[in-house]
Amino acid sequence: MTRPHLVHPRHVQNMMYIVLSLMAAVVVLPVLGLLAYMMIKGLAGLNPDLFLKGSQALLPAMVGTLYLVLLTAAIAAPIGIAAAVYLSEYAHRGILVRLIRLAIINLAGVPSVVHGLFGLALFVMMLKFGRCLLSGAATMALLVLPLIISASEEALRQVPQRLRDGSLALGATRWQTIRRVVLPNALPGIMTGLILSISRAAGETAPILFTAAFLSLTNPYPESLFDEILALPYQLFVMTSEMPSVPAETKWATAFVLVVLVLGLNIGAILWRTHLRRAKRW
Amino acid sequence: MSALPSAVGRTLTQTGEDGSQSAGQSVAEEAFLPTCEEVPCAPNILRPEGEIKLEARSLNMYYGSFQALRNVSMAIPERRITALIGPSGCGKSSFLRCFNRMNDMIDGFRLEGDVLLEGNDIYRRDLDLAYLRKRVGMVFQAPNPFPMSIYDNIAYGPRLHGRPDRSELDQIVEQSLRQAALWDEVKDKLRQSALGLSGGQQQRLCIARVLAVQPEVLLMDEPASALDPTATFHIEELMLQLMEHYTIVIVTHNMYQASRVSQYTGFFLMGELVEFGHTEQIFETPRDKRTDDYIRGRFG
Ligand SMILES: Nc1ncnc2c1ncn2[C@@H]1O[C@H](COP(=O)(O)OP(=O)(O)O)[C@@H](O)[C@H]1O
Ligand SMILES: [Mg+2]
Repeated sequence: MTRPHLVHPRHVQNMMYIVLSLMAAVVVLPVLGLLAYMMIKGLAGLNPDLFLKGSQALLPAMVGTLYLVLLTAAIAAPIGIAAAVYLSEYAHRGILVRLIRLAIINLAGVPSVVHGLFGLALFVMMLKFGRCLLSGAATMALLVLPLIISASEEALRQVPQRLRDGSLALGATRWQTIRRVVLPNALPGIMTGLILSISRAAGETAPILFTAAFLSLTNPYPESLFDEILALPYQLFVMTSEMPSVPAETKWATAFVLVVLVLGLNIGAILWRTHLRRAKRW
Repeated sequence: MSALPSAVGRTLTQTGEDGSQSAGQSVAEEAFLPTCEEVPCAPNILRPEGEIKLEARSLNMYYGSFQALRNVSMAIPERRITALIGPSGCGKSSFLRCFNRMNDMIDGFRLEGDVLLEGNDIYRRDLDLAYLRKRVGMVFQAPNPFPMSIYDNIAYGPRLHGRPDRSELDQIVEQSLRQAALWDEVKDKLRQSALGLSGGQQQRLCIARVLAVQPEVLLMDEPASALDPTATFHIEELMLQLMEHYTIVIVTHNMYQASRVSQYTGFFLMGELVEFGHTEQIFETPRDKRTDDYIRGRFG
């Protein structure tokens, strides 16, 4: 003898469907609204002069951000992937590994302005790089390392153990196995970490505030790692907070360009990842 | 498993041969096991005649505090098929993995006793693990081709162990695939992903992949358990052909398979090697009551 349901499961199911859809809408609608608003405002202010003329020209800032992002990835990717490989393939046990993981998780929780201060102290002052592209990218790399490590570790874990076994049983060393089987198959997942970190780096202001970014340089395009850079988010930040004379459309247009740049990077990277994933299927 | 394979009747004429085997056993002990005094030879463990390829001596194996093998001694003859049977969880795979040291990576793994390949201890400190695994290949229960082309799968091993040039590789790939009876089916699509093959083809590909490194021993852990009857038949045929050149050890819980393909059979129960002998003897006139019970489907 079982008692009947108070409410028929089918009704609960229907109700939950509505509730969950509403929740999804609550998340999605503001984002769409923001994008739409920014597009309308930004497109109005968008014109060729904006990119090339005046002290707030966007093109040098875009180039600066691009350099920053690429150098950040170039620094953070090898270190992050190596750390993830160590953690997931070599060091399965032990207190040291647990400490490292704990440190990584905590590093991810540190506010970005603190990274900025740390970068100022370490790269700009102690190592005497000065305020420059290199200091900014190194600081940004610290910020995105946890992202890259966690995503890469997860990707490595997804590679089936039987593939490692198959390789080892053929007489491969552990490194040969990692190099020839594990890493190629984890690549799409590792790419995810890189995508996240790249878009994060493109949008962050605080880490470059004290370490790399300048407004209106005499020479707007950096020629070496030790040159200062212009950067889109920094330019937007200064424009908005300290330059009331700049028309609102220009600010919105700058924001629009920044978002398009970040989204463009993301979409490009996602397409690349999809391409890789299609090539590797297990 | 419900009944004895019908092809293998229980015949009394075997008893005589049985006796002569025990006689052969003691002779073989003198001839091939100089350190036999160290090794307690259980009464129902035959020492095969002829060259011994692999040998386990008094193996005790542990996963942490759990003992997976109990004082197992077995000599595996060269260029024969040796089957390991027993209910699941009795330690067959654990025993098999001792021969290519695939247990080494498992947390808490510990081994007492000796494992010998042609008389040499394979657990000695200075052993070249890659070289051991090149000589002692393994085929796994579930086919595990790499997510790369058929060609690259076969070439994987040779590329690990050297830098073969293009024409050498082509030759190795073709020869290995032919040996594994897969060449005709895949020769037109060597560049396609190995994952597009059927389960049975994938398993033969894995066998070809091992053959490409020219091993001396093939360890097979239930190589056909994930396959349909036709594919299983292919694998069994293949094993009988390979026996000419390779020492094969196969784990199977399929007793028909053991009786069809193997010349020697070992029966494991709860980490213990209960009985080891000629396959006909094990299936027709088992000496241990537990072996008898198992092959007659009374438990397991
Ligand atoms: N990696 C492992 N860690 C702990 N125990 C294990 C491990 N692998 C196997 N065992 C245990 O060892 C026993 C023998 O396992 P196995 O050799 O796989 O048996 P079989 O192949 O005969 O089915 C089982 O009881 C199993 O639970
Ligand atoms: Mg098993």
